[in-house]
Amino acid sequence: MARGYKYFEAVEKHAGLLGVGIAIMVSLGGLAEITPLFMRAHQVEAPAGVKPYDPLRLAGKDIYVREGCYLCHTQMIRALRAETERYGHYSVAEESVYDRPHQWGSKRTGPDLARVGGKYSDAWQRMHLLDPRKVVPVSNMPAYSWLEHETIDADDIMARMRTLRRLGEPYSDAEIAEAPKALEGKTALDALVAYLQGLGTSLPANGTSEASDGGAAP
Amino acid sequence: MHTNETYNDHVVRLFLLAAAVWGIIGMSIGVFAAAQLAWPALNFDIPWLTFSRLRPDHTFGVIFAFGGSALMGTCYYVVQRTGHTRLAHPRLANFTFWGWQLACVLAMVTMPLGITQSKEYAEPEWFIDILVAVVWVSLGIVFFSTLARRRIQHIYVANWYYGAFIIAVGLLHIVNNLALPVSLTKSYPIYSGVVDAMVQWWYGHNAVAFFLTAGFLGMMYYFVPRQAQQPLWSYRFSIVNFWALISVYMWAGSHHLMYTALPDWVQSVGMAFSLVLLMPSWGSAANGLLTFNGSWLKLKEDPAAKFMVLSLVFYAASTFEGSMMAIKTVNSLSHYTDWTIAHVHSGSLGWVAMITIGSLYAMAPRALGRPAMHSRRAMEIHFWLHIAGLLMYVLAMWTAGVTEGLMWRATNADGSLVYPFIDSLIAIKPMYWVRFLGGCLIVSGMVVMAWNLWHTAAHARKRLITPIPVPIPEPVAHQVPAPLPAVG
Repeated sequence: MARGYKYFEAVEKHAGLLGVGIAIMVSLGGLAEITPLFMRAHQVEAPAGVKPYDPLRLAGKDIYVREGCYLCHTQMIRALRAETERYGHYSVAEESVYDRPHQWGSKRTGPDLARVGGKYSDAWQRMHLLDPRKVVPVSNMPAYSWLEHETIDADDIMARMRTLRRLGEPYSDAEIAEAPKALEGKTALDALVAYLQGLGTSLPANGTSEASDGGAAP
Repeated sequence: MHTNETYNDHVVRLFLLAAAVWGIIGMSIGVFAAAQLAWPALNFDIPWLTFSRLRPDHTFGVIFAFGGSALMGTCYYVVQRTGHTRLAHPRLANFTFWGWQLACVLAMVTMPLGITQSKEYAEPEWFIDILVAVVWVSLGIVFFSTLARRRIQHIYVANWYYGAFIIAVGLLHIVNNLALPVSLTKSYPIYSGVVDAMVQWWYGHNAVAFFLTAGFLGMMYYFVPRQAQQPLWSYRFSIVNFWALISVYMWAGSHHLMYTALPDWVQSVGMAFSLVLLMPSWGSAANGLLTFNGSWLKLKEDPAAKFMVLSLVFYAASTFEGSMMAIKTVNSLSHYTDWTIAHVHSGSLGWVAMITIGSLYAMAPRALGRPAMHSRRAMEIHFWLHIAGLLMYVLAMWTAGVTEGLMWRATNADGSLVYPFIDSLIAIKPMYWVRFLGGCLIVSGMVVMAWNLWHTAAHARKRLITPIPVPIPEPVAHQVPAPLPAVG
């Protein structure tokens, strides 16, 4: 064996040394790539147009999460010509600052939804969610018929808003207190449609301001 | 030297049983989900049976329930054999079994009910995450305590990989799942947006690296030389590959976020490290394959060896594919398409499932006190069902993925898009049918394996088998740690 081997021999004869060596080696990559994202140079702050979800849209977003929509739909328009042609301006970091967790997705069994807001009417969205093949005959999307009959628990949404405030979302007491009024008589379907109709509408339609380009420009 | 200390194979047998059961459950759910994509009527308008609620059950079921049970079982088997010692903390080891099964059952029941964090491969909610973390720390304690009481000075290669698997997965699991609960069934992660995406794919990619690669390489490094009845081709090569693999993998996660809103430099670093990663990956595959030098004849008579050799070929193929897909230009075509699904399954059904099946066939007779598996013919049938299903699956999804990628980017002379999105779905529908058939073949193979294991376990069920005594090696002068006295 080579001369250098004797140093390694110590590692493979001592379980503790081996464990510490492994722990150090596996930590480097994450430290190098994740910690800078918390630093000032990369800190993403919400621009003027991007507000935390109002109670109805928050309920809608959590239903989007619950139903697993992210498994077939992305919310991330990549900075590529064919993508911006199909879906609109590429997604920028500021747009998802209030998404816990992010809903960028990894697979497009259906189209991207990052800027689907306002693309179709509310009526189309409702019919499509309840029975996709009524409006798109060859679609393979499941029908979410139960959303129509499900009411939304305002106390639960208020608790969610308070938790999000603890994590840093700027909800005021008044906004939380008004949640039951905003949710009165609303179904899960209403909430999900409201969420979808808000997607990608927080930034000006014909592109983004220069300020919001930080970190995202191709 | 005489001793009455025996190997603890009881917990190994429990994990073996769990792996066989979860394998069938997890893969059957996958086949059903595949059928739903081809025939959406199969969602039956039942919430918990809907594709989008069921898919996490497939991924969790095969990765963590099937893969996890196989990994823990073989880990306990290997650490005892390579250290010539009985497993430390038998009660804690039993707890890791029951705790892990409970976590799997809880996850598999809650996810279809919509109780999910929506972080891919980390969907279970916070209370399950805590249980998983507790089980994981216990696994680490059992494993490292057993290493500490080993009677062989050198820690064998397989154990380095199992050690890295335990340490890294613990780290990834805890960091990625940090969340603030709202109620028992809902929590919000402490990260949002870009940071959450980076943490998630640092986790997601390294779940592949340390759960689906390092752990199974541990399996490979023990069972391949054992089955080939040859020493490892190169010991020194395994040292280089080990340290390169575990340090480089952790940098590569950002290749899941190419051309997104993640800062550009992080994407480029991820791509560069993904390319470097090809070397230790191929190094490990080569080391395993070359170990068969001189005993390639075994492929004629031993189906377990066949599974192992093919798994290493698929390991080399899918790591090559993975590195290529991490190149930005290739990624712009492949990402978000079924090519990713093809790649994942050539890795998981080709590499992970086949090395597991090969190792289970090698380990089961020894753990069950039999000279060989009940039926060699059934192993042979399993092999061909698996290979045929795997090829159908992967070829269908490659075709589908490349078709989607090309159709999505096709433009007319004036720059407008050629196809509306729905055209790509119509084009790949036949591929979804082929994928479903491939999946059926693979599950059939798993059922054959379960039948075979059941018959091999006949003596164990009747408690006719006797525990295997631990061979006590001659003591080495000044050995650290000092060898344990030979008492049971």
